[in-house]
Amino acid sequence: MSVQLDAQGNLRHLLTTEGLPRELLTRILDTAGSFSGVIGKSVKKVPLLRGRTIINLFFEPSTRTRTTFELAAQRLSADVLNIDVASSSTSKGESLLDMLRNLEAMQCDAFVVRHADSGAAEFIARHAAPGVAVVNAGDGRHAHPTQALLDAFTIRHEKGALEPLTIAIVGDILHSRVARSQIHALRGLGAGEIRAIAPRTLQPRGIEQLGVRLYEDMDAGLEGADVVIMLRLQRERMRGALLPSEGEFFSRYGLTEQRLERTHPQAIVMHPGPVNRGVELDPRVADGPRSVILQQVTNGIAVRMAVMSMVLGGQGEAAPASIEEVAG
Amino acid sequence: MSERELDVPPLLERMAAGLTRELERRDGGPPILVGVHTGGVWVAQALHERLRARPPLGTLEVAFYRDDHATSGLKAAVRTSEVPFTVDGRTVILCDDIIHTGRTARAALNALFDYGRPAAVLLAVLVDRDARELPIQPDVCGECLELAARQRLKLHGPDPLRLTLEEASP
Repeated sequence: MSVQLDAQGNLRHLLTTEGLPRELLTRILDTAGSFSGVIGKSVKKVPLLRGRTIINLFFEPSTRTRTTFELAAQRLSADVLNIDVASSSTSKGESLLDMLRNLEAMQCDAFVVRHADSGAAEFIARHAAPGVAVVNAGDGRHAHPTQALLDAFTIRHEKGALEPLTIAIVGDILHSRVARSQIHALRGLGAGEIRAIAPRTLQPRGIEQLGVRLYEDMDAGLEGADVVIMLRLQRERMRGALLPSEGEFFSRYGLTEQRLERTHPQAIVMHPGPVNRGVELDPRVADGPRSVILQQVTNGIAVRMAVMSMVLGGQGEAAPASIEEVAG
Repeated sequence: MSERELDVPPLLERMAAGLTRELERRDGGPPILVGVHTGGVWVAQALHERLRARPPLGTLEVAFYRDDHATSGLKAAVRTSEVPFTVDGRTVILCDDIIHTGRTARAALNALFDYGRPAAVLLAVLVDRDARELPIQPDVCGECLELAARQRLKLHGPDPLRLTLEEASP
Protein backbone atom coordinates (compact mmCIF):
# COMPACT_ATOMS: atom_id res chain seq x y z
CA MET A 1 0.00 0.00 0.00
CA SER A 2 1.75 3.14 -1.19
CA VAL A 3 -0.35 5.67 0.70
CA GLN A 4 1.66 5.02 3.85
CA LEU A 5 5.07 5.81 2.34
CA ASP A 6 6.23 9.03 0.68
CA ALA A 7 8.29 9.20 -2.51
CA GLN A 8 11.54 8.79 -0.52
CA GLY A 9 10.20 5.69 1.25
CA ASN A 10 9.67 7.45 4.60
CA LEU A 11 6.71 6.52 6.78
CA ARG A 12 3.86 9.03 6.27
CA HIS A 13 1.08 6.95 7.85
CA LEU A 14 1.14 3.51 9.43
CA LEU A 15 -1.83 1.53 8.15
CA THR A 16 -0.53 -2.00 7.73
CA THR A 17 2.68 -3.98 8.07
CA GLU A 18 2.02 -5.54 4.67
CA GLY A 19 4.64 -4.54 2.13
CA LEU A 20 6.79 -2.51 4.50
CA PRO A 21 10.43 -2.92 3.48
CA ARG A 22 12.68 -4.78 5.88
CA GLU A 23 14.94 -1.77 6.33
CA LEU A 24 12.00 0.36 7.49
CA LEU A 25 10.66 -2.36 9.83
CA THR A 26 14.12 -2.67 11.36
CA ARG A 27 14.37 1.09 11.70
CA ILE A 28 11.08 1.24 13.61
CA LEU A 29 12.29 -1.46 16.03
CA ASP A 30 15.69 0.21 16.47
CA THR A 31 14.07 3.56 17.18
CA ALA A 32 11.74 1.88 19.67
CA GLY A 33 14.80 0.36 21.36
CA SER A 34 16.18 3.83 21.80
CA PHE A 35 12.90 5.09 23.23
CA SER A 36 12.75 2.27 25.75
CA GLY A 37 15.74 3.98 27.42
CA VAL A 38 13.61 7.08 27.97
CA ILE A 39 11.51 5.21 30.49
CA GLY A 40 14.55 4.65 32.71
CA LYS A 41 15.31 8.37 33.19
CA SER A 42 14.24 10.51 36.12
CA VAL A 43 12.22 12.58 33.61
CA LYS A 44 10.33 10.00 31.58
CA LYS A 45 9.68 12.34 28.68
CA VAL A 46 11.40 13.78 25.66
CA PRO A 47 10.41 17.09 24.04
CA LEU A 48 10.28 15.68 20.50
CA LEU A 49 6.61 16.35 19.72
CA ARG A 50 6.11 19.41 21.91
CA GLY A 51 3.38 21.58 20.50
CA ARG A 52 1.93 18.83 18.30
CA THR A 53 -1.57 17.47 18.82
CA ILE A 54 -2.55 13.83 18.48
CA ILE A 55 -6.16 12.70 18.50
CA ASN A 56 -7.04 9.15 19.54
CA LEU A 57 -10.12 8.44 17.48
CA PHE A 58 -11.63 5.23 18.79
CA PHE A 59 -14.77 3.93 17.12
CA GLU A 60 -14.35 0.64 18.98
CA PRO A 61 -13.69 0.19 22.68
CA SER A 62 -10.13 -0.50 23.76
CA THR A 63 -8.32 0.02 27.03
CA ARG A 64 -4.79 -1.21 26.55
CA THR A 65 -4.15 0.04 23.04
CA ARG A 66 -5.64 3.46 23.70
CA THR A 67 -3.84 3.86 27.01
CA THR A 68 -0.46 2.94 25.59
CA PHE A 69 -0.97 5.25 22.60
CA GLU A 70 -1.88 8.01 25.03
CA LEU A 71 1.15 7.37 27.25
CA ALA A 72 3.42 7.19 24.20
CA ALA A 73 2.17 10.58 22.97
CA GLN A 74 2.58 12.10 26.41
CA ARG A 75 6.12 10.78 26.75
CA LEU A 76 6.87 12.53 23.47
CA SER A 77 5.41 15.74 24.97
CA ALA A 78 2.53 15.90 22.47
CA ASP A 79 -0.93 17.04 23.48
CA VAL A 80 -3.41 14.17 23.31
CA LEU A 81 -7.13 14.15 22.97
CA ASN A 82 -9.22 10.99 23.34
CA ILE A 83 -12.42 10.81 21.40
CA ASP A 84 -14.71 7.89 22.04
CA VAL A 85 -16.80 8.02 18.91
CA ALA A 86 -19.18 5.20 19.73
CA SER A 87 -20.90 7.59 22.11
CA SER A 88 -20.25 10.74 20.11
CA SER A 89 -21.31 12.54 16.99
CA THR A 90 -21.67 9.69 14.49
CA SER A 91 -24.69 8.79 16.55
CA LYS A 92 -25.99 12.29 15.75
CA GLY A 93 -25.64 11.52 12.06
CA GLU A 94 -22.40 13.37 11.42
CA SER A 95 -20.47 11.67 8.65
CA LEU A 96 -16.91 10.46 9.14
CA LEU A 97 -15.56 13.07 6.71
CA ASP A 98 -17.42 15.89 8.46
CA MET A 99 -15.92 14.79 11.71
CA LEU A 100 -12.46 14.62 10.15
CA ARG A 101 -12.72 18.15 8.73
CA ASN A 102 -13.88 19.50 12.07
CA LEU A 103 -11.03 17.87 13.95
CA GLU A 104 -8.52 19.08 11.36
CA ALA A 105 -9.91 22.59 11.79
CA MET A 106 -8.74 22.28 15.39
CA GLN A 107 -5.17 22.03 14.00
CA CYS A 108 -4.36 18.47 14.96
CA ASP A 109 -1.28 16.75 13.53
CA ALA A 110 -2.17 13.06 13.75
CA PHE A 111 -5.05 10.66 14.17
CA VAL A 112 -4.74 7.31 15.88
CA VAL A 113 -7.72 5.38 14.54
CA ARG A 114 -9.48 2.25 15.70
CA HIS A 115 -12.56 1.18 13.77
CA ALA A 116 -14.65 -1.95 13.35
CA ASP A 117 -14.52 -1.67 9.54
CA SER A 118 -11.56 -2.97 7.55
CA GLY A 119 -10.00 -0.12 5.58
CA ALA A 120 -11.27 2.69 7.83
CA ALA A 121 -7.78 3.96 8.69
CA GLU A 122 -6.76 3.99 5.04
CA PHE A 123 -9.94 5.87 4.14
CA ILE A 124 -9.08 8.53 6.70
CA ALA A 125 -5.47 8.67 5.52
CA ARG A 126 -6.58 9.22 1.93
CA HIS A 127 -8.88 12.05 2.94
CA ALA A 128 -6.76 13.68 5.63
CA ALA A 129 -5.28 17.11 5.01
CA PRO A 130 -1.65 17.17 3.80
CA GLY A 131 0.72 16.90 6.73
CA VAL A 132 -1.79 15.09 8.94
CA ALA A 133 -0.61 11.57 9.78
CA VAL A 134 -2.79 8.53 10.45
CA VAL A 135 -1.83 5.54 12.57
CA ASN A 136 -4.02 2.47 12.41
CA ALA A 137 -4.81 1.14 15.88
CA GLY A 138 -6.86 -1.76 14.49
CA ASP A 139 -9.37 -1.82 11.62
CA GLY A 140 -11.90 -4.64 11.39
CA ARG A 141 -10.27 -7.92 10.46
CA HIS A 142 -7.67 -6.15 8.37
CA ALA A 143 -4.66 -4.95 10.37
CA HIS A 144 -3.26 -3.92 13.73
CA PRO A 145 0.25 -2.86 12.77
CA THR A 146 1.52 -1.41 16.06
CA GLN A 147 0.55 -4.61 17.89
CA ALA A 148 2.49 -6.66 15.34
CA LEU A 149 5.50 -4.35 15.62
CA LEU A 150 5.54 -4.49 19.41
CA ASP A 151 5.34 -8.27 19.18
CA ALA A 152 8.28 -8.33 16.77
CA PHE A 153 10.15 -5.95 19.08
CA THR A 154 9.46 -8.21 22.06
CA ILE A 155 10.61 -11.31 20.18
CA ARG A 156 13.79 -9.59 19.03
CA HIS A 157 14.44 -8.30 22.53
CA GLU A 158 13.90 -11.70 24.18
CA LYS A 159 15.37 -14.02 21.55
CA GLY A 160 17.71 -11.92 19.39
CA ALA A 161 17.74 -12.23 15.60
CA LEU A 162 14.52 -13.50 14.02
CA GLU A 163 16.07 -15.56 11.23
CA PRO A 164 16.64 -18.81 13.18
CA LEU A 165 13.32 -18.69 15.05
CA THR A 166 10.22 -20.84 14.69
CA ILE A 167 7.17 -18.82 15.67
CA ALA A 168 3.76 -20.44 16.20
CA ILE A 169 0.60 -18.34 16.14
CA VAL A 170 -2.36 -20.14 17.74
CA GLY A 171 -6.09 -19.50 17.70
CA ASP A 172 -8.65 -17.69 15.62
CA ILE A 173 -6.38 -16.76 12.71
CA LEU A 174 -9.36 -16.20 10.42
CA HIS A 175 -10.81 -13.22 12.26
CA SER A 176 -7.58 -11.85 13.66
CA ARG A 177 -6.17 -8.56 12.41
CA VAL A 178 -3.36 -9.12 14.89
CA ALA A 179 -2.35 -12.43 13.26
CA ARG A 180 -2.46 -10.94 9.76
CA SER A 181 -0.25 -8.02 10.76
CA GLN A 182 2.11 -10.29 12.67
CA ILE A 183 2.58 -12.57 9.70
CA HIS A 184 3.40 -9.63 7.40
CA ALA A 185 5.75 -8.02 9.92
CA LEU A 186 7.56 -11.25 10.85
CA ARG A 187 7.88 -12.24 7.18
CA GLY A 188 9.18 -8.78 6.36
CA LEU A 189 11.76 -9.05 9.14
CA GLY A 190 12.96 -12.42 7.87
CA ALA A 191 11.65 -14.72 10.62
CA GLY A 192 12.73 -18.34 10.06
CA GLU A 193 9.48 -20.28 10.17
CA ILE A 194 5.97 -19.07 10.88
CA ARG A 195 3.29 -21.59 11.82
CA ALA A 196 -0.43 -20.97 12.13
CA ILE A 197 -2.27 -23.37 14.42
CA ALA A 198 -6.06 -23.27 14.20
CA PRO A 199 -9.13 -25.44 13.73
CA ARG A 200 -10.00 -25.82 10.06
CA THR A 201 -13.01 -23.50 10.44
CA LEU A 202 -10.73 -20.68 11.63
CA GLN A 203 -7.97 -21.07 9.03
CA PRO A 204 -8.07 -18.32 6.41
CA ARG A 205 -7.86 -19.52 2.83
CA GLY A 206 -4.61 -18.87 0.97
CA ILE A 207 -2.56 -18.14 4.07
CA GLU A 208 0.13 -20.61 2.91
CA GLN A 209 0.91 -18.18 0.11
CA LEU A 210 2.29 -15.82 2.75
CA GLY A 211 4.84 -18.49 3.62
CA VAL A 212 2.99 -19.80 6.66
CA ARG A 213 2.78 -23.49 7.59
CA LEU A 214 -0.69 -24.51 8.68
CA TYR A 215 -1.41 -26.96 11.50
CA GLU A 216 -4.72 -28.23 12.76
CA ASP A 217 -3.10 -30.33 15.47
CA MET A 218 -1.68 -28.10 18.18
CA ASP A 219 0.84 -30.58 19.58
CA ALA A 220 2.41 -31.02 16.14
CA GLY A 221 2.47 -27.26 15.55
CA LEU A 222 4.18 -26.51 18.85
CA GLU A 223 6.99 -29.01 18.31
CA GLY A 224 10.28 -27.15 18.81
CA ALA A 225 8.75 -23.67 18.57
CA ASP A 226 10.82 -20.79 20.00
CA VAL A 227 7.90 -18.41 20.32
CA VAL A 228 4.21 -19.19 20.93
CA ILE A 229 1.79 -16.38 20.23
CA MET A 230 -1.70 -17.08 21.55
CA LEU A 231 -4.50 -15.04 19.96
CA ARG A 232 -7.47 -13.74 21.85
CA LEU A 233 -10.61 -15.72 21.15
CA GLN A 234 -13.37 -13.27 20.28
CA ARG A 235 -16.23 -14.68 22.31
CA GLU A 236 -18.82 -13.07 20.04
CA ARG A 237 -17.54 -15.22 17.16
CA MET A 238 -18.32 -18.39 19.05
CA ARG A 239 -21.99 -17.81 18.59
CA GLY A 240 -21.49 -18.07 14.84
CA ALA A 241 -21.15 -21.87 15.22
CA LEU A 242 -17.50 -21.80 14.19
CA LEU A 243 -16.65 -23.52 17.45
CA PRO A 244 -18.74 -25.70 19.70
CA SER A 245 -17.74 -24.26 23.07
CA GLU A 246 -15.00 -22.52 25.02
CA GLY A 247 -14.38 -25.73 26.92
CA GLU A 248 -13.75 -27.69 23.76
CA PHE A 249 -11.57 -24.93 22.35
CA PHE A 250 -9.41 -25.01 25.47
CA SER A 251 -9.10 -28.78 25.38
CA ARG A 252 -7.84 -28.67 21.78
CA TYR A 253 -6.07 -25.29 21.50
CA GLY A 254 -5.55 -23.99 25.03
CA LEU A 255 -1.92 -23.60 26.06
CA THR A 256 -1.21 -25.71 29.14
CA GLU A 257 2.07 -26.43 30.91
CA GLN A 258 1.94 -29.94 29.48
CA ARG A 259 1.60 -28.69 25.89
CA LEU A 260 4.35 -26.13 26.47
CA GLU A 261 6.77 -29.03 27.00
CA ARG A 262 6.66 -29.69 23.26
CA THR A 263 8.23 -26.31 22.51
CA HIS A 264 11.87 -25.33 22.76
CA PRO A 265 12.91 -25.32 26.46
CA GLN A 266 13.50 -21.55 26.33
CA ALA A 267 10.36 -20.75 24.34
CA ILE A 268 8.47 -17.59 25.24
CA VAL A 269 4.69 -17.23 25.43
CA MET A 270 2.94 -14.13 24.10
CA HIS A 271 -0.63 -12.84 23.96
CA PRO A 272 -1.93 -9.48 22.73
CA GLY A 273 -4.27 -9.26 25.71
CA PRO A 274 -6.63 -9.22 27.38
CA VAL A 275 -6.27 -12.94 28.17
CA ASN A 276 -9.35 -15.12 28.52
CA ARG A 277 -7.95 -17.28 31.29
CA GLY A 278 -8.93 -20.90 30.88
CA VAL A 279 -9.92 -20.34 27.23
CA GLU A 280 -6.66 -19.58 25.39
CA LEU A 281 -4.22 -19.95 28.24
CA ASP A 282 -3.96 -21.94 31.42
CA PRO A 283 -3.50 -19.26 34.14
CA ARG A 284 -0.32 -21.05 35.25
CA VAL A 285 1.15 -20.46 31.80
CA ALA A 286 -0.15 -16.88 31.55
CA ASP A 287 1.55 -16.02 34.86
CA GLY A 288 4.45 -18.45 34.45
CA PRO A 289 8.14 -17.80 33.84
CA ARG A 290 7.90 -18.16 30.05
CA SER A 291 5.19 -15.54 29.72
CA VAL A 292 6.29 -12.15 28.34
CA ILE A 293 2.74 -10.80 28.16
CA LEU A 294 3.41 -7.85 30.46
CA GLN A 295 6.70 -7.04 28.69
CA GLN A 296 4.61 -6.77 25.52
CA VAL A 297 2.51 -4.07 27.17
CA THR A 298 5.61 -2.13 28.27
CA ASN A 299 7.24 -2.48 24.85
CA GLY A 300 4.03 -1.22 23.25
CA ILE A 301 4.73 2.25 24.59
CA ALA A 302 8.24 2.47 23.09
CA VAL A 303 7.08 1.06 19.74
CA ARG A 304 4.19 3.53 19.55
CA MET A 305 6.58 6.36 20.43
CA ALA A 306 8.79 5.27 17.54
CA VAL A 307 5.91 5.13 15.08
CA MET A 308 4.49 8.50 16.09
CA SER A 309 7.87 10.22 16.01
CA MET A 310 8.48 8.81 12.53
CA VAL A 311 5.12 9.71 10.96
CA LEU A 312 5.26 13.19 12.52
CA GLY A 313 8.88 13.91 11.63
CA GLY A 314 9.52 16.23 8.71
CA GLN A 315 11.15 14.55 5.74
CA GLY A 316 13.61 17.33 4.91
CA GLU A 317 14.64 18.11 1.34
CA ALA A 318 17.29 15.44 1.10
CA ALA A 319 18.55 13.20 3.84
CA PRO A 320 21.85 14.66 5.06
CA ALA A 321 24.82 12.29 5.01
CA SER A 322 25.45 12.96 8.67
CA ILE A 323 23.48 14.90 11.21
CA GLU A 324 26.67 16.21 12.84
CA GLU A 325 27.50 18.16 9.74
CA VAL A 326 24.18 19.91 9.66
CA ALA A 327 24.19 21.16 13.17
CA GLY A 328 27.45 20.03 14.76
CA MET B 1 36.67 17.61 -4.17
CA SER B 2 39.86 17.75 -2.11
CA GLU B 3 40.43 16.07 1.20
CA ARG B 4 43.00 16.47 3.91
CA GLU B 5 43.36 14.83 7.26
CA LEU B 6 43.96 16.44 10.65
CA ASP B 7 46.04 14.69 13.27
CA VAL B 8 43.75 13.70 16.17
CA PRO B 9 46.05 12.70 19.11
CA PRO B 10 47.53 16.21 19.63
CA LEU B 11 43.99 17.62 19.78
CA LEU B 12 43.05 15.07 22.44
CA GLU B 13 46.20 15.91 24.44
CA ARG B 14 45.31 19.58 24.33
CA MET B 15 41.76 18.80 25.48
CA ALA B 16 43.00 16.58 28.34
CA ALA B 17 45.45 19.28 29.51
CA GLY B 18 42.75 21.95 29.31
CA LEU B 19 40.28 19.81 31.24
CA THR B 20 42.84 18.98 33.94
CA ARG B 21 43.52 22.69 34.45
CA GLU B 22 39.84 23.53 34.46
CA LEU B 23 38.98 20.78 36.96
CA GLU B 24 41.79 21.80 39.32
CA ARG B 25 40.60 25.39 39.21
CA ARG B 26 37.06 24.33 40.05
CA ASP B 27 37.85 21.67 42.63
CA GLY B 28 34.49 19.97 42.10
CA GLY B 29 35.39 16.36 42.88
CA PRO B 30 35.95 13.59 40.36
CA PRO B 31 34.17 14.37 37.07
CA ILE B 32 32.02 12.07 34.99
CA LEU B 33 32.28 11.92 31.22
CA VAL B 34 29.29 11.87 28.90
CA GLY B 35 29.68 11.63 25.13
CA VAL B 36 27.17 12.69 22.49
CA HIS B 37 26.49 9.91 19.95
CA THR B 38 28.41 9.02 17.89
CA GLY B 39 31.59 11.03 17.48
CA GLY B 40 31.32 12.54 20.95
CA VAL B 41 31.30 9.06 22.49
CA TRP B 42 34.61 8.26 20.77
CA VAL B 43 36.07 11.52 22.06
CA ALA B 44 34.77 10.80 25.57
CA GLN B 45 36.36 7.33 25.46
CA ALA B 46 39.71 8.78 24.43
CA LEU B 47 39.54 11.42 27.18
CA HIS B 48 38.39 8.84 29.73
CA GLU B 49 41.72 7.05 29.32
CA ARG B 50 43.79 10.23 29.33
CA LEU B 51 42.09 11.69 32.42
CA ARG B 52 42.09 8.30 34.15
CA ALA B 53 38.47 9.00 35.11
CA ARG B 54 36.92 6.28 37.23
CA PRO B 55 33.15 5.98 36.81
CA PRO B 56 31.69 4.37 33.69
CA LEU B 57 31.17 6.51 30.64
CA GLY B 58 27.76 7.98 29.84
CA THR B 59 26.37 8.28 26.33
CA LEU B 60 23.65 10.60 25.10
CA GLU B 61 21.43 10.26 22.05
CA VAL B 62 20.11 13.74 21.34
CA ALA B 63 17.85 12.90 18.38
CA PHE B 64 14.75 13.20 20.58
CA TYR B 65 15.82 16.67 21.75
CA ARG B 66 16.68 18.26 18.42
CA ASP B 67 14.83 21.35 17.21
CA ASP B 68 14.65 20.23 13.59
CA HIS B 69 12.42 17.15 13.97
CA ALA B 70 9.42 18.93 12.45
CA THR B 71 11.43 19.73 9.31
CA SER B 72 14.03 16.97 9.05
CA GLY B 73 12.53 14.03 10.95
CA LEU B 74 14.49 11.42 12.82
CA LYS B 75 17.84 10.34 11.45
CA ALA B 76 18.11 6.73 10.32
CA ALA B 77 20.25 5.32 13.11
CA VAL B 78 19.03 6.41 16.51
CA ARG B 79 21.10 5.04 19.38
CA THR B 80 20.35 4.67 23.05
CA SER B 81 21.28 7.05 25.83
CA GLU B 82 22.99 5.35 28.73
CA VAL B 83 23.75 7.28 31.87
CA PRO B 84 24.43 4.47 34.37
CA PHE B 85 25.09 6.77 37.35
CA THR B 86 23.47 9.70 39.08
CA VAL B 87 24.40 13.08 37.67
CA ASP B 88 23.00 14.97 40.68
CA GLY B 89 25.68 17.15 42.22
CA ARG B 90 28.45 15.88 39.91
CA THR B 91 30.70 17.73 37.50
CA VAL B 92 29.85 16.43 34.04
CA ILE B 93 32.21 16.75 31.10
CA LEU B 94 30.00 16.76 28.04
CA CYS B 95 32.03 15.66 25.01
CA ASP B 96 31.33 16.11 21.33
CA ASP B 97 33.45 15.89 18.24
CA ILE B 98 32.56 19.16 16.53
CA ILE B 99 30.67 22.21 17.71
CA HIS B 100 29.27 24.21 14.82
CA THR B 101 25.88 25.85 15.16
CA GLY B 102 25.59 24.90 18.85
CA ARG B 103 22.22 23.23 18.35
CA THR B 104 23.48 19.73 19.18
CA ALA B 105 25.06 21.06 22.40
CA ARG B 106 21.75 22.73 23.30
CA ALA B 107 19.89 19.44 22.72
CA ALA B 108 22.54 17.53 24.71
CA LEU B 109 22.20 19.87 27.70
CA ASN B 110 18.44 19.35 27.73
CA ALA B 111 18.88 15.59 27.42
CA LEU B 112 21.41 15.57 30.26
CA PHE B 113 19.13 17.51 32.62
CA ASP B 114 16.43 14.88 32.22
CA TYR B 115 18.74 12.62 34.25
CA GLY B 116 19.11 15.05 37.13
CA ARG B 117 20.85 18.24 38.22
CA PRO B 118 24.61 18.26 37.75
CA ALA B 119 26.70 20.62 39.91
CA ALA B 120 28.42 21.85 36.75
CA VAL B 121 28.72 20.96 33.09
CA LEU B 122 31.86 21.51 31.04
CA LEU B 123 31.64 21.34 27.28
CA ALA B 124 34.67 19.73 25.64
CA VAL B 125 34.95 19.44 21.86
CA LEU B 126 37.60 18.19 19.51
CA VAL B 127 37.05 21.02 17.02
CA ASP B 128 35.29 24.34 17.39
CA ARG B 129 34.26 25.46 13.95
CA ASP B 130 32.66 28.86 13.79
CA ALA B 131 29.17 29.85 12.60
CA ARG B 132 27.41 29.50 15.95
CA GLU B 133 23.67 30.10 15.93
CA LEU B 134 23.26 29.93 19.71
CA PRO B 135 25.15 31.54 22.61
CA ILE B 136 26.94 28.30 23.59
CA GLN B 137 30.76 28.11 23.74
CA PRO B 138 32.99 25.15 24.61
CA ASP B 139 35.07 25.31 27.79
CA VAL B 140 37.81 23.25 26.18
CA CYS B 141 38.58 22.54 22.54
CA GLY B 142 41.34 20.72 20.70
CA GLU B 143 41.40 23.13 17.79
CA CYS B 144 39.49 26.18 16.55
CA LEU B 145 38.95 26.35 12.81
CA GLU B 146 37.33 28.98 10.65
CA LEU B 147 35.80 27.06 7.79
CA ALA B 148 33.73 27.97 4.78
CA ALA B 149 30.27 26.47 4.40
CA ARG B 150 31.46 24.22 1.54
CA GLN B 151 34.07 22.60 3.79
CA ARG B 152 32.97 19.41 5.53
CA LEU B 153 34.65 18.28 8.70
CA LYS B 154 34.00 14.70 9.82
CA LEU B 155 35.32 12.43 12.54
CA HIS B 156 35.69 8.74 11.62
CA GLY B 157 36.20 6.06 14.27
CA PRO B 158 36.24 4.52 16.70
CA ASP B 159 39.69 3.06 16.03
CA PRO B 160 41.69 4.79 14.75
CA LEU B 161 40.08 8.22 15.09
CA ARG B 162 40.48 10.14 11.85
CA LEU B 163 39.41 13.70 11.24
CA THR B 164 38.90 14.63 7.60
CA LEU B 165 38.31 18.00 6.00
CA GLU B 166 36.65 17.80 2.63
CA GLU B 167 36.24 20.69 0.33
CA ALA B 168 33.66 20.64 -2.43
CA SER B 169 34.81 22.44 -5.58
CA PRO B 170 33.32 25.94 -5.58
